[in-house]
Amino acid sequence: MLLTEKKEAELQEIARQLRVEVLKMLTNAGSGHTGGSLSIIEILVTLYYLKLRHDPQNPFWSERDRFVLSKGHGAPALYAVLARLKYFDSAELQKLRKIDGMLQGHPFNVSTPGIEISTGSLGQGLSVANGMALAAKLNQAKWRVYVLLGDGETQEGQIWEAAMTSAHYHLDNLCAIIDANKLQIDGPLCSIMNVEPLKQKWQSFGWQVLETNGHDLSCLAAAFDQSEKTQKVPSLIIAHTIKGKGVSFMEGKIEYHGVAPTKEELKKALVELENV
Amino acid sequence: MSKSIGTRDVYGEVLVRLGKQIPEIVVLDADLSCSTRTAQFAKVFPERFFNMGIAEQDMISTAAGLATTGKIPFVNTFAIFATGRAWDQIRQSLCYSQQNVKIVATHSGITVGEDSATHQANEDISLMRVLPNMSVIVPADAIETEKAMEFLVQDKGPTYLRLSRHKFPIIHDEEYIFQKGKAVLIEDGSDVTIMATGIMVSKALEAMEILKKEGIGARVLNFSTIKPIDQEAIIKAAQQTGAIVTAEEHSIIGGLGSAVAEILAEFCPTPLKRIGIRDSFGISGDAEDLLHYFGLTPEVIVKEVKDVIARKKG
Repeated sequence: MLLTEKKEAELQEIARQLRVEVLKMLTNAGSGHTGGSLSIIEILVTLYYLKLRHDPQNPFWSERDRFVLSKGHGAPALYAVLARLKYFDSAELQKLRKIDGMLQGHPFNVSTPGIEISTGSLGQGLSVANGMALAAKLNQAKWRVYVLLGDGETQEGQIWEAAMTSAHYHLDNLCAIIDANKLQIDGPLCSIMNVEPLKQKWQSFGWQVLETNGHDLSCLAAAFDQSEKTQKVPSLIIAHTIKGKGVSFMEGKIEYHGVAPTKEELKKALVELENV
Repeated sequence: MSKSIGTRDVYGEVLVRLGKQIPEIVVLDADLSCSTRTAQFAKVFPERFFNMGIAEQDMISTAAGLATTGKIPFVNTFAIFATGRAWDQIRQSLCYSQQNVKIVATHSGITVGEDSATHQANEDISLMRVLPNMSVIVPADAIETEKAMEFLVQDKGPTYLRLSRHKFPIIHDEEYIFQKGKAVLIEDGSDVTIMATGIMVSKALEAMEILKKEGIGARVLNFSTIKPIDQEAIIKAAQQTGAIVTAEEHSIIGGLGSAVAEILAEFCPTPLKRIGIRDSFGISGDAEDLLHYFGLTPEVIVKEVKDVIARKKG
């Protein structure tokens, strides 16, 4: 899919507005995961605005493509997208993490339209996505399954159990994306627990591996296009991203992994985002 | 009591029968399909059977994904691996997410026998009972296993069905109707109530016969559903018989005995004795020898019944 300049500019504007929304939500909530929400915005925009066949008015449409946010702490970004698409009233965003709100700190399928499965305890989403992809094969259905992992999340052993399953069952209707922002809560992955070489590891597990800039909408769209054409093997897109992307003083800063912006920080961040 | 049949043996057969009726049923196993008896289903429905290899965590979450699409996954392995190895997956992907997945665990309790403590699950009921939205079912014989399964395929929500390697005597007849959440009155009596689950129901019936000869009338309740627990039957038994003995092939911590103790303590304190594994691991041995070694016998039930009756007030 070649993105026209106009389309790309339109989607970039949506991404910018989503970042504003995410920062406001998090500041209002007073807690939450800022860095890893900002790093996945373009991935979510590409999926929800270009790739997924879905119907916000009918979240349980049986032939929909499925999306699983395995790195559940990225929930604010997903909530902002779902609200914008009218899966639920955007007034809910300001009640994120509040006792009278619908939106839980991590995705909860039972309360939230558009969430396929609850996540938060890391490492489980790829297995869940495999189950959905197996069901599609059994039903000879056309729906595709997308699952977004954190790079730190691949330290969980279950990810590798699931990686074997996807390849063993030839789940070419499955596309995993790794939000490769290279940071985890305690520090850089390379110093906490090195996961590299990710590409070779996944290739050796029987996957097609694509690498791309995780903030470039055209590159992401092209990678998803490629994953759709691939037969017999599952696809992984390693999306190289910047934690805290879009706010200069948050970019690449571990401090913003699990901390919400203060009101002053929000003000500063909004000035930057308004002036893009 | 007549012949003995393994609950896992009837499971394997019933699964195939139900699989023919209900196309949504899919079966997952973690490299133990001969032992769990799902190999029969795999043979008849190879496309609806998924061997996940030795990867229980992946198996549970994969089942959750299948369930989101309307499939009815039956997930199978030994009890200790199903509940212990994959507890967080069960908690998040099944219970919290409210997915319609049936975990069917064979090889529960010490009657696993020779394979020793690593393979004997005496903690599984406890691990499953604490989870919101989870149902816990422990059939007392092959007939109840079949009836429970017929019920479960129509029921919605995560369920833990606890089966055994050991053969259990048949105590129910073909007319038996399984009702989730209801204790089953097997024999009535007014001096004491024996509340048992799984293989211990048959032991409780043997104890009841011994007690009858001594003039003691024991009510025997089969607690095949441990969650939701039949609170009404427990309170009624406490009020009507004034003394209670629980019996289970499981730790006394967190299992049936605990569930009963919780209700009694809160609503009607009553003399109680819990028979089960007393905070220890199992050992290798023949299944029947192990039941004797750990005091899971009719004779021990008889002794404890007499003790608990002696503690009745007035």
